[in-house]
Amino acid sequence: MLKILKYSFYDLMRSRWSYVYFIFYLLLGFVLLFLNNNVSKAVITLMNIIIVLTPLIGTIFGVMYYYNSKEFTELLLAQPIPRNKIFMGQYVGISLSLTLSLVLGLGIPFVLYGLFRSASIFDFSLLLVVGSFLNFIFVALSYNIALSTENKIKGFGYAILMWLLLAVVYDGVFLISLIFFNDYPLDKFSLIATMFNPIDLSRILILLKLDISALLGYTGAVFRKFFGTNFGMVFSMSVLVFWVIIPVFRMNRKLRKKDF
Amino acid sequence: MKYKILLFFLLLFSFSSKASQIEVCKSCKISTIKEAISIAQKGDTIFIKKGLYKEQNIIIDKPLSLIGEEGAVIDGGEVGVILVFETGNFTISGLKIINVGISYTKDHAAIKVVKANNFVIENCVLENVFFGILIEKSKKGIIRNNKVSSDNKNEASSGNGIHIWNGNQMEIYKNELFGLRDGIYFEFVKNSKIYENISHDNIRYGLHFMFSNKNVYHHNEFRNNGAGVAVMFSKFIVMHHNKFRLNWGSASYGLLLKEIYDAEIYNNLFEENTIGINGEGSTRINYTNNTFSRNGWAVKITGACYKNIFKKNNFLHNSLDLSYNSKINDNLFENNYWSEYNGYDLDKDGIGDVPYRPVKLFSYVVNKTPEALVLLRSLFVDIINFSEKVSPVFTPDNLVDNKPLMKIIHD
Repeated sequence: MLKILKYSFYDLMRSRWSYVYFIFYLLLGFVLLFLNNNVSKAVITLMNIIIVLTPLIGTIFGVMYYYNSKEFTELLLAQPIPRNKIFMGQYVGISLSLTLSLVLGLGIPFVLYGLFRSASIFDFSLLLVVGSFLNFIFVALSYNIALSTENKIKGFGYAILMWLLLAVVYDGVFLISLIFFNDYPLDKFSLIATMFNPIDLSRILILLKLDISALLGYTGAVFRKFFGTNFGMVFSMSVLVFWVIIPVFRMNRKLRKKDF
Repeated sequence: MKYKILLFFLLLFSFSSKASQIEVCKSCKISTIKEAISIAQKGDTIFIKKGLYKEQNIIIDKPLSLIGEEGAVIDGGEVGVILVFETGNFTISGLKIINVGISYTKDHAAIKVVKANNFVIENCVLENVFFGILIEKSKKGIIRNNKVSSDNKNEASSGNGIHIWNGNQMEIYKNELFGLRDGIYFEFVKNSKIYENISHDNIRYGLHFMFSNKNVYHHNEFRNNGAGVAVMFSKFIVMHHNKFRLNWGSASYGLLLKEIYDAEIYNNLFEENTIGINGEGSTRINYTNNTFSRNGWAVKITGACYKNIFKKNNFLHNSLDLSYNSKINDNLFENNYWSEYNGYDLDKDGIGDVPYRPVKLFSYVVNKTPEALVLLRSLFVDIINFSEKVSPVFTPDNLVDNKPLMKIIHD
């Protein structure tokens, strides 16, 4: 597995897309800090970008990589290597290279602009942790889709649709149901509803550490009571871990039966 | 003869104006403050020397000056009221007064003043008080350089720092107030000034007006209170150069306006409050040159606010600039700087060519369904905000800043 991981990792490095991604984040970090010159404010702006962009790029990379390396994968499958090791290696390879680009790309400018002297170091590291989780989650989800769909175009379509559902449509439905069931107590509902969407969960996790925790009024009190405690933090982190484990688990089950 | 008459008058004059000084200390002939007051004549000065005086319910019924040496402490032993002035023309200075009794039926205070004119309360330190300075039916008082504090935990069992009921022409300046219910409380007080005070970490309000007209407060700092300042049922209040900071909590305001008319609010700073200004039933108010920075809501207008004018204010990085709960708008927004404005200025006159809409659809939705706030900064919310900006349906369509400034205002 490690060999395949290493191979996928170097393959992505050679294909230059990791560099492009890395340079994109590097530039973004520098430009943000140049315009703001304030680490804590830049963290807020960065959150908006990470929440939307990381899942999208993870999704596209995952699908693209699967379809592109399909022939080579088939070649590997002919060798006496367990299937799950091949795919796990590929999966971890992509996720790791994306995460590395994210962490280094954003980390370097922030460190240069004095992150270690700033009070927002914890917020920033939370941002990176959440971003990395989103990478792992969305690469896993897109790999699932790619494995289940033979047709390349269809696979891409489904993957983008999945991103759209989680990033935009889910919140729309969420909002409408909040307005519709206005007369009922909604704090528990909204708490649970955020758990079912990794993007929402990450957003809330970061937001509660940032500026708006008190803004939420009564709901905020419920949220803060939950997420603010160590239990809440551990719980939401483990929900994120579950969001990684479940797609990976499904991927392995799918693999066993799939006819290549 | 003439010489003698002159001498006579001189003697008379010196006699009548001669105010004697009475010293109080533990080892003196007069060892309690009560004793000193009972033998004092009108206009005398009582000098209280260093030491701890365990006395309470000290009633002063003639014009006196109470001067404390450094280290002079009056300990009320948490029983009841400590000093009661039932006279005008008095001065109290330099005393430390501690431990006022808590009562649910009586307003016990460290210094209580009843029906007095022309008095000065200065340089006193009041600690562990129920009410700090309580003034009733008085005029022309000066309260300065005092430090009033307590460590109250809930509203019911705590009193106010400086509480004035029914006053006129009072001046309150350079005081520090903390750990109380309200830092300063005004009820039926007219023509008074409050300036350069610091009121922080109070349970309820830093400063509270009820039915008090024609007052001015300026250059004060209100920080970390339940709410910074509450102005209720009052007219002609001028508020300028104040700082409202860090009033942060699920129901906190920088400035709460309720049923107030004809006020001027200018050059204030609202920073990191949950709600910068909460306006309810406030009419004919001019907001000029204020800076709203990093608040949850900069301005929240909850109803019946007419003819308010917002001009030349800075709105900087607030989560939501403005919240509005009706579709009718009778308030004017003009020449403000909005950090979220992204229009252009082709003719380079410093005024944006595209109007700015400060009310977003999302803030409208949040008004209806507060729980929806959990979706703040989500992509979907950005999209609906954008579409509402392009063609307003739910938000008042005449609520626009037609001349938004391109650059931040520095005074």
